[in-house]
Amino acid sequence: MIISIASGKGGTGKTTVATSLALSLQSGVQLLDCDVEEPNCHLFLNPEFEKSQTVFTPVPEIDKSKCSFCRKCVDICRFNVIALAGETVLTFPELCHSCGGCMAVCPEDAITEVGREIGTVEKGRVNNIDFVYGRLRVGEAMSPPLIKKVRSYIQNDKINIIDAPPGTSCPVIAAMNHTDFVLLVTEPTPFGLHDLKLAVEAVKILNIPHGLVINRSDMGDTKVKEYAEQENIPILLNIPFDRKIAEAYSKGRAIVEQMPEWKDKFLNLYARIKKITDQGAEQR
Amino acid sequence: MKELVILSGKGGTGKTSLTAAFASLSENKVLCDADVDAADLHLLTNPDILVRTDFKGGGVAVINKDKCTQCGTCIELCRFDAVDDDFNVNEIECEGCGVCVDLCPEQAIDFPIKTCGQWFISNTRFGPMVHARLGIAEENSGKLVSLVRQEAKKLAETKGFDLIITDGPPGIGCPVIASLGGANALVIVAEPTVSGLHDMERVAQLAQHFKVPCMVCINKADLNPEKADAIEKIAREKGVKILGRIPFDPDFTKAMIQTENIVEFNKDSNTSRVIKEIWDKIMMSSAINN
Repeated sequence: MIISIASGKGGTGKTTVATSLALSLQSGVQLLDCDVEEPNCHLFLNPEFEKSQTVFTPVPEIDKSKCSFCRKCVDICRFNVIALAGETVLTFPELCHSCGGCMAVCPEDAITEVGREIGTVEKGRVNNIDFVYGRLRVGEAMSPPLIKKVRSYIQNDKINIIDAPPGTSCPVIAAMNHTDFVLLVTEPTPFGLHDLKLAVEAVKILNIPHGLVINRSDMGDTKVKEYAEQENIPILLNIPFDRKIAEAYSKGRAIVEQMPEWKDKFLNLYARIKKITDQGAEQR
Repeated sequence: MKELVILSGKGGTGKTSLTAAFASLSENKVLCDADVDAADLHLLTNPDILVRTDFKGGGVAVINKDKCTQCGTCIELCRFDAVDDDFNVNEIECEGCGVCVDLCPEQAIDFPIKTCGQWFISNTRFGPMVHARLGIAEENSGKLVSLVRQEAKKLAETKGFDLIITDGPPGIGCPVIASLGGANALVIVAEPTVSGLHDMERVAQLAQHFKVPCMVCINKADLNPEKADAIEKIAREKGVKILGRIPFDPDFTKAMIQTENIVEFNKDSNTSRVIKEIWDKIMMSSAINN
């Protein structure tokens, strides 16, 4: 089972929900933080790390002694990675999407692939929870390859919880795609509603069952609730604003650690998700 | 002409609410919403759209079944697993690299350029605004960020305005990198939480990497004064100018519901006063005055 936790808007409480859900389930669970630009889950779980892996993406290196300046690599590259001026060939590896086209067309075998460092993946454990997260190198633009690397750690026999980045573009899609359920976390404000609608569109394109958590549910208006009812999106959990929760969060403490009474609510949230995905499996 | 970009690293720290408040406090400027992935500034400015233009991104592979001999070359070449066994291209997976297009022995693959968003020039009660809407699940957000910033610059030049206030995207990746190149100054909106501290450090590192001067203000500062101190300590160590502390204030949400910014909502409140002080500090900073 893979549950991804997403939201169009940043700061709605994805990390809060992801960490509290994992801590409530206690075992047979793995949390994967795919918000690689700004990973935060580890700050709440404080896992013991046992493995760190530097992640590279392949980029071209041109052997100038073999290059015949035929321009084929320049012509195939849609990302302007290779520039040729007379007999000078330059590469801009930070623009490379690692498609391998240049290497495939080079008649001289002058192109080999070397790695561009995109970040690191760290794997650890806390109590019985497995934890994996990616950390994008500062200055690196492309997060999807790193997100895919984090996802390669998914364990099929466990409940995998993915904390996705905010927004609706490629990094979010990389984190949500091919998951069994998307839990959308929003807040009942005009910004929350606007960005939720975008996220729902994205989830619909991917055709994944989804439900809603409304955080700070008593601070704002009723429009998110009305929208969810109108779109038949189940509201699986409401988390009212509580300064105690906000202060605990600021110190790096998960809700369920600060207020153990929340544990049952998160277990209930999981039970509802499981029921929805089981029903979906039956219908298929 | 100067461009000020509001960033945070972490989402939800209050970038857009502050950008909108700054819009109330400044004259002769162009507003620019560079958070093209989940643009929200228009929700506080009620823009009247004057010009609407399609944004063309890259191409996407489409296999022409009449010409395709199912030789499998495209499946073999595609590193993004975008072509399935029935020779259909999954648009979501397709990276737009065109390798299959160029190397198909039958030339059976088309590569139509996709319209993957729109950008707008609008009028608002704060003056002109340039903003955009990236299509759902689309790529090229960095390209669209660069485009709206360029158009905001053009507009400011034409109107003779000397300031652009840009609401930036969250994170430190592609759209953020596109939002800070060439900016005169960044304002980082941090929140006093372990996450806020961690993410602020990363965005400040990014600013240093690209050599853009930055300043920091702390929103919701009273939620955890110790963490607010820690943020200021890091800022001092990095030589980042400290602008001030904004208290946690439910007025931000109340104002948003009325499609107003917090200064319009209650210009005499303590929070509005603090924001005005912060704005004055920004305007007096060397980054804006050099």
